[in-house]
Amino acid sequence: MNRLPRKMSQLLLVLAFFVVALPASAKLNAFACEPEWAELVREIGGDKYRVFSATNAFQNPHFIEARPSLIAKVRRADLLVCSGAELEIGWLPLLLRQSANPNIQTDKPGYFMAAMQVSRLEIPQHLDRSHGDIHADGNPHVHLDPLRLISIAKKLSQRMAAIDPDNSAYYSLRFKLFRRQLNKQLNQLAPLIAQLEGQKVVVYHKSWSYLLDWLDMTAVADLEPVPGVAPSSSYLVKLLKQIRQQKPAFIMVAAYQDQKAAKWLAKKSGLPLVVLPYTIGGNDSSNNLVELFADTLEQMVQQGLN
Amino acid sequence: MKYRSYSLLVAALGTATLASSALAADGKISSNQFNPAISLILDARYTDLDQTELELPGFQLGGEAGLPEKGFSTGHNELTISANIDDRFYGSLNTAIIYSNGETEIELEEAYIETLGLGSGLTIKGGQFFSGFGYLNGIHDHAHDFADTPLVYDALFGGHLKDTGVQLRWLAPTDFYLLLGAEVTSGSEYPSGENADNNKGRTLFAKTGGDFGVSSSWQLGASYYQSKFDVREAGGGHHHGGEEAPEADNELLNGEVDVSGIDFVYKWAPNGNGKQRNFKLQAEYLIRNEKADAEFTEDSNSAEAAYDGEQSGYYVQAIYQFMPSWRVGARYDAIEADNKISSFVDNGVDQDEFLEESGLGAEGKPNRSSVMVDYAPSHFSRLRLQYSKLENGHGEKDDQIMLQYTMSLGSHGAHSY
Ligand SMILES: [Zn+2]
Ligand SMILES: [Zn+2]
Repeated sequence: MNRLPRKMSQLLLVLAFFVVALPASAKLNAFACEPEWAELVREIGGDKYRVFSATNAFQNPHFIEARPSLIAKVRRADLLVCSGAELEIGWLPLLLRQSANPNIQTDKPGYFMAAMQVSRLEIPQHLDRSHGDIHADGNPHVHLDPLRLISIAKKLSQRMAAIDPDNSAYYSLRFKLFRRQLNKQLNQLAPLIAQLEGQKVVVYHKSWSYLLDWLDMTAVADLEPVPGVAPSSSYLVKLLKQIRQQKPAFIMVAAYQDQKAAKWLAKKSGLPLVVLPYTIGGNDSSNNLVELFADTLEQMVQQGLN
Repeated sequence: MKYRSYSLLVAALGTATLASSALAADGKISSNQFNPAISLILDARYTDLDQTELELPGFQLGGEAGLPEKGFSTGHNELTISANIDDRFYGSLNTAIIYSNGETEIELEEAYIETLGLGSGLTIKGGQFFSGFGYLNGIHDHAHDFADTPLVYDALFGGHLKDTGVQLRWLAPTDFYLLLGAEVTSGSEYPSGENADNNKGRTLFAKTGGDFGVSSSWQLGASYYQSKFDVREAGGGHHHGGEEAPEADNELLNGEVDVSGIDFVYKWAPNGNGKQRNFKLQAEYLIRNEKADAEFTEDSNSAEAAYDGEQSGYYVQAIYQFMPSWRVGARYDAIEADNKISSFVDNGVDQDEFLEESGLGAEGKPNRSSVMVDYAPSHFSRLRLQYSKLENGHGEKDDQIMLQYTMSLGSHGAHSY
C-alpha cells in the first residue's frame, strides 16, 4: 500500500528536477501566431528573442487547434505577436486562458496584436453571420501592405523596448535597418509595381485585400462565396460567367489554400493561376519579409501578366 | 497608386497618425461594448427507438442519464454568457433550457469564475463547473460528436461529473505539455450524494500531450475522483430521462465512491489544416468502486443489504471529416457491473426483488454500437444523423435512429482541444 506514495514522490522529484534544470537562458521567448510575425520578431528582436511560430505557411491560421503543445509554449512566452482583429478567435483566447501566463494577457505589454496597430480595411457596417465568417474589427490580413508592415514594425520595436528597456536602442536600430532594407527592395521593384497597377484579379479569401489596396489593384471576384466558406460547384459556374464579363488578369491564391477549385476555374476561364507564398516559407524564395515582397510581385508579373 | 512614392512613404512613417485613416473604427463608445459574450445553442431532434427508458443492469442511474424522448423533442438548448470580468478574472454562466413531459426546466450547467494569468502556471476556478476529470467530461453536449453521451458517462456520472467547489490547476513550465489539477467540491452530486459537510468531493487529474510532426497531436490523461455521502437517492435500474423517481424509496446510506479513469485523444489533419480533412480518435476507460448500506422500501415492505460494487466501462470513437462540412463517425461503448451484496435483511422484499428493484443486481453487459454522419455548412450549424444498436444486457436489442440539429447563435467561443 505504501508503494504508491513512494512512487509518487519519486515522480515529483523527477518533475522538480526538470523544472529547476531548465536552461536559464537570458533570451526572451516570443510566441507568434503566424510566420510573418515570427519573422518580424526575428527582424526586430534579433538575438534577444527565441521565437516560436504557432503556424507555418501551409496552415490556415483561421482554423488551428488550441492543442497541448501550443498551451505549453504560451505558458512561457514573454511576448505574444499575432494578427488579432479576430483572425485567431477560434483558438487564441483559449491559449491565453489556459496558459495562466500574466505577461501576455490582453492589455499587458506582452500582448501585441499587429492588425490592431494600423487602420484596417473592410470593417463591416453591420454584423450578420449570413455574410460568412466576418471579422468585426475588419480584415486582419494586414502584412502584405509594406506601409502598414513598417508601421507595425515600429510599434513592435517600441513594445520590445518597453518589455526589455535595457536593449531599447538595439530594437530601435534593428527597426531602422529593417525599414531601410524593405524600402530599398520596394524601390527596386518599382517597375513591377507600375505594371500591376490597375489590374483586376480573382482572389481566394480576403487574404489579399491589403496587397491589392497598396498596388491599386481590384479583386473582381472571390473564390469564397462568403468569407470562410469553400466554393461549391454551382458557385464556381456562376463565377466563371462573371469572369468572362469582368476580364480579370489572373487568379491569385495562397500556398495554404486549397487549389482544386482555383485550378478548375483557371482551366475553364483560361486565366493564369498564380500561387503566392502569402507568408514566410510559402515557397523556397520567401525566407524573410523582404524576399516575400520581391517574390510575390515577381510572380504576379511573370506568371499573371504574361 | 496611393503610396507610390517611397520617399513620401518614408516621410509618412514618421507621423504616428499614418494608421488612423478614415477606415478606422468610428470610435463610438456605448455601454453595449462592455456586454459579455452571449452564445445560444439550439438543439432539437427526432428519435426513433423502441425502448423509452434506459436500463443498465447493475447501475443505479442518476444525474441526467436517460434516453431522449421518442419522436420529436428539443434537447439541451444552452445559453452561455461569458466575459473577462476584469484583468484578473474570467466568468462564465451556462444554463440548459430543457423541455420534457410538459415542463420547462432551466438547469444550471456551469457558473464559475477563473483567474486569468495568475502566474507560475497556476489557475484557480471556483463555482459550479464540469470537473477536469477525463476528456469528454468538460465538453458541453453541443460539441459532442454523437447525439448522446457514451454509456460509461451516463452510467457512472449521470452524463457529466459536475459539482460546486474549487479547482486548482498547474501548468508545468516545460517544453512539453503537463497539467496537474485538483478539486475540492461539495460531493453532493451523483455519483456521490448528500453529505453533512457538503465538501466531500475530491478530484485529481493529470494531462500531458504534444505533437507528432505537423499533422498529428495527442493528449493523454489520468483522473481520480472520490467522495463520501450520507444518502444517495437513486431511481433504481429504471430511469426516465428527467422524470421523477418512482414512488418506491431506493437509497444508499453511509457510502463511499471513487472513480479512476484514463483518456486518450489523437487528432490528425493534413499539415495541420483541419478545415478540409481531419481525423480524431478518442477513447476513455473508467472504473468506479462504491460501498454503502443499500435500502429499498416500497410501501411498508423493505430490504437492507451491505453493497460493494465495482463498475467499469469504456468507449472508443473515431471521427473522420472527409471533405469540408462532412464528417462520419463510429463509436463502440460498453459497460459492466460486478456488485456484491451481503448481510441481506428481508423485511418483506426478498433478495431477487431487491436486486431487481434497487438496480444493484448485475447481469449482462450493456453495449452499444453507433455510426453517425453530420453536415456542418459553417462552424455555427450542424445537422446529424445517427444510428445506434443498443444491447441492454438483458438480451434485448434496440435500433435507435436520431436526426438532430445543433445551431449556434451569437458569439461562439473557441473549442478546447
Ligand atoms: Zn480571414
Ligand atoms: Zn461550440
